[in-house]
Amino acid sequence: MTEPILEARDIVKSFGRVRALRRASFSVLPAEVVALVGDNGAGKSTLIKCLAGVEQPDAGEIFFEGKPVAIRTPTEARALGIETVYQDLALASDLDPAANLFLGREVLRGGVLGKLGFLDNGEMHRQAEDAFTSLGVGLQDSKAPVANMSGGQRQGVAVSRAVTWASKVVFMDEPTAALGVVQTRHVLELIARVRDRGISVVLISHNLPEVFQVADRIEVLRLGERVAQLKRGEVSMEDVVGAMTGAITRGEAA
Amino acid sequence: MSETTTAPPPVEEEAPERVPWWQRFVTGSSTWIGLILVGLIVVFSGLEYDSFVSTSNIRNIFTDAAVLLVLAVGMTFVIITAGIDLSVGGVLVFSGVVSIKFMNAIGGNDWGTILLGLAAALGSGLAWGVVNGFLVAKARIPALIVTLGTLGMSLGFALLITGGVDEREVPIKLIDTIGTGRLFDQIPYLVIISLVVATVFGIVLAATRFGRNTYAIGSNPEAARRAGIPVDRHLIKVYGLTGLLAGLAGFMSLARFSTTTIGGHDADNLQAIAAVVIGGTSLFGGIGSVLGSVVGVFIPAVLQNGFVIVGVQPFWQQVAVGAVLIGAVYLDQLRRRSQRQR
Repeated sequence: MTEPILEARDIVKSFGRVRALRRASFSVLPAEVVALVGDNGAGKSTLIKCLAGVEQPDAGEIFFEGKPVAIRTPTEARALGIETVYQDLALASDLDPAANLFLGREVLRGGVLGKLGFLDNGEMHRQAEDAFTSLGVGLQDSKAPVANMSGGQRQGVAVSRAVTWASKVVFMDEPTAALGVVQTRHVLELIARVRDRGISVVLISHNLPEVFQVADRIEVLRLGERVAQLKRGEVSMEDVVGAMTGAITRGEAA
Repeated sequence: MSETTTAPPPVEEEAPERVPWWQRFVTGSSTWIGLILVGLIVVFSGLEYDSFVSTSNIRNIFTDAAVLLVLAVGMTFVIITAGIDLSVGGVLVFSGVVSIKFMNAIGGNDWGTILLGLAAALGSGLAWGVVNGFLVAKARIPALIVTLGTLGMSLGFALLITGGVDEREVPIKLIDTIGTGRLFDQIPYLVIISLVVATVFGIVLAATRFGRNTYAIGSNPEAARRAGIPVDRHLIKVYGLTGLLAGLAGFMSLARFSTTTIGGHDADNLQAIAAVVIGGTSLFGGIGSVLGSVVGVFIPAVLQNGFVIVGVQPFWQQVAVGAVLIGAVYLDQLRRRSQRQR
């Protein structure tokens, strides 16, 4: 079996008396789409936050490319090549798409002006247009604030940002939750395109038909623990539902 | 607001999801407010051309607005981060008091003394601003409360230092130059200082990473944090900047009035906030510009001056400014509502 690019082992995380994760494990292989599924409260978002540096696990280990790492902040996660598309998108809605794409990584002008912190908006717009075009994100007006855009377009901007900067892994937390049918199809195509670039995608979703459409593997979380690691094509949707609800206690060997 | 980027206005063509240009124009409150200012100037010029459009009158308007403009520039940054700074009037007075005490302690009437006095004013202002920023960003106390507290504290300290009596021993050289002097005998130095401050920080806000981070934090602090922007540090800098400019305003006020004017700045904070909001900066953060605030400072100033000249009771100015303020915030709400429907 290929060595995972990112692996979490026995992660424990409590919020007060609530134990969100009790020895949860998870692995991501290189250049795959892996779906992380589970019922509400299974701990999917918490697990992702621990891997993205937003939350700190109380116990457990994280391995990146085989080596143990501590991911203390989102910045450290990004330094490893891990980007996240959050469920609430995390866009600055008053800024335009290019400004959002480069949020926290602005391109500065050359020379003295750059030293003074002057932005190179022209260059950022050009690169942003390229990124949106190559990922097939259609924006009619790339200079309007993202607040003026539809949910699908905003999702497109958020995904483009993650993909532009990720070199290894992209987490997507319910990327299609707020989208219509056509927009959902676009995002799923986008996910496949990202994988084809050699970047692993972790798809967190409730929507099993969607998961079966794009995921190469499925890992199931239940009550803060991994209960199954499944390969698409080897299992049915019923198996996955069974693992999610506890009807089947153990899937293929973990 | 499109004036926050250097980008040219977008070409409007077939786009189903886009806000048409006229709607953006109409809901852009800076556009409206600029037109209102132009309208006011036209009306007053038409009524009393000779007195209103005279060099001395224009000079008066600009000089009266200079101190408030410096405060409003700092306030613009704070409000764009979705914060507020009520302490500016108190910090202004405190900085003036510290500055005059400092200059008197050194003695003398030369530029060295004046520069040290300026440094004392800027340092005091910056210190209060950093305290504000630290309490807002790190202690997570609402900005309204923090700055209400430091407003009282800074004014209180100013009264303690002076015993409640205005200090009047400002170096003559400071009064003659910065206070009442004019470049080429025409443009008051106070006006030059305020316009330079507005220009420099207008550019900082519109064209630099510091400005971009300010908008991003006001727009969505969580997004900014996740994008790796040092949100807390940036907030401390922004409140520090507002305090620094309040210190500068205190020094300018000292030079102009040759006294500490302890009792004269109770409404400075509200005037600065009103100017910023009239200028199209959103109290909810993320939107705004220094240019808008400049217009927002000049609407009350022109109204006040114009009413006096055309013989309307100047008390109407307060009524009119109040109405403009409410109108500006209503436009901001309309704009946000039209976005939320999407």
